Amino acid sequence: MEERYQLNKELAQMLKGGVIMDVTTPEQAVIAEKAGACAVMALERIPADIRAAGGVSRMSDPAMIRSIQEAVSIPVMAKCRIGHFVEAQILEAIEIDYIDESEVLSPADDIYHVDKSKFKVPFVCGARDLGEALRRIAEGASMIRTKGEPGTGDIVQAVRHMRKMNSQIRHAMSITEDELYEEAKQLEVPYELLKQVHDTGRLPVVNFAAGGVATPADAALMMQLGAEGVFVGSGIFKSGDPVKRASAIVQAVTNFNDAKLIAELSSGLGEAMVGINENEIKIIMEERGI
Amino acid sequence: MRIGVLAVQGAFVEHINKLRQLDTDCLEIRKRSDLSKNINGLILPGGESTAMRKLLVELELLEPLKKMITDGLPVFGTCAGMILLAKEISDSDTHCFGTLDITVKRNAYGRQLGSFRCIDKFDGKLIEMPFIRAPYARRIGENVKNLATHEDRIVAVRQDNQLATAFHPELTNDTYIYEYFFDIIAKKK
Repeated sequence: MEERYQLNKELAQMLKGGVIMDVTTPEQAVIAEKAGACAVMALERIPADIRAAGGVSRMSDPAMIRSIQEAVSIPVMAKCRIGHFVEAQILEAIEIDYIDESEVLSPADDIYHVDKSKFKVPFVCGARDLGEALRRIAEGASMIRTKGEPGTGDIVQAVRHMRKMNSQIRHAMSITEDELYEEAKQLEVPYELLKQVHDTGRLPVVNFAAGGVATPADAALMMQLGAEGVFVGSGIFKSGDPVKRASAIVQAVTNFNDAKLIAELSSGLGEAMVGINENEIKIIMEERGI
Repeated sequence: MRIGVLAVQGAFVEHINKLRQLDTDCLEIRKRSDLSKNINGLILPGGESTAMRKLLVELELLEPLKKMITDGLPVFGTCAGMILLAKEISDSDTHCFGTLDITVKRNAYGRQLGSFRCIDKFDGKLIEMPFIRAPYARRIGENVKNLATHEDRIVAVRQDNQLATAFHPELTNDTYIYEYFFDIIAKKK
């Protein structure tokens, strides 16, 4: 299993510098692939619509996921509910490339996450801080993303989560080895993983930004804050011109330091998703699965 | 010696770290203005070939890089990089640089569950080979040398100054293939 875990972490490395887009149909998946997405997330409803619809949100229909797998050659990811290991088993059975154990769906277990070390397929999980990230990695996640606040088009939470993680990583690097034991206790994480962060100055797996990315500037902001790539959920297919916006976000992630280019990319993109502010939302997804 | 590493998407940092470990100067190539600096070799990393191809076109890098390759600039493509170089791609009527006379099959070992690691011979030497949603060469042209075969599939090739592997030497501790590439640069006519 250790070799499998290594290969799974390495697939995430191949996705770096790329954009992973939420798609709900094979047609959208093809648009995403043509726009330069490095992977797609197959789901029945994008987070903004999940928010609007309310009710219990579950894993997507495997037939729908399969139709997307057949439509594109890039990796296909899909979401299972937090702690719903049977949904995860189903996604593994249809040979999904990555499972997102996601707070976007309604949690199936309010205490335990899926024991991801029991699976051959890789998992990505959301995190708001270093503690959450290292707990998910301890459970077997081979990729981390900020939680942000999905389906809002508001970048503030993703920024908060990325900054917090970075600041905690810097702190872990600065303390002495004997202080790491207490720090691991405070963060409620395994000492060995915290020691790795202390030694290398980074998470042991690839870290993407997610939740609220709506514009090329949002994507570049997250990259400059240290994200290794970006998930865009509702931001693309809830906007006026998905094709143009998708391809602009892809280019902004590659050249995230080039303000001139991003100015060009941001011009004439049509309407961005309307978005909802933090204090206007009823369901706070980031508080799920900590 | 300075090596350019295509840095539009994918695992380019891993190659850069390897080059630094080998005391080699490197340059990230993300946009056209990066090509104004002189490079002695080019690395095309692993990642998603469709995403990289799209970016190469949009950032106006495809044609100038293709010209540099056809003019003899030594180039080393790993995984997606092999696909970018290939003249033909199975089940597709497109190609990217198309300078390497091979036909590649994309995702030839299936989805992520088909990814694996093995040890096999590259140019006669045993090395570690991580394959991640990897391609292989279905056909190679007359002027193309087969450098590695794993379970009857061609997984590393060379045509003059172009080197390509279906696997990822940048994800191992072995530096043999980099030295092999440096040798191509050193002996460049």
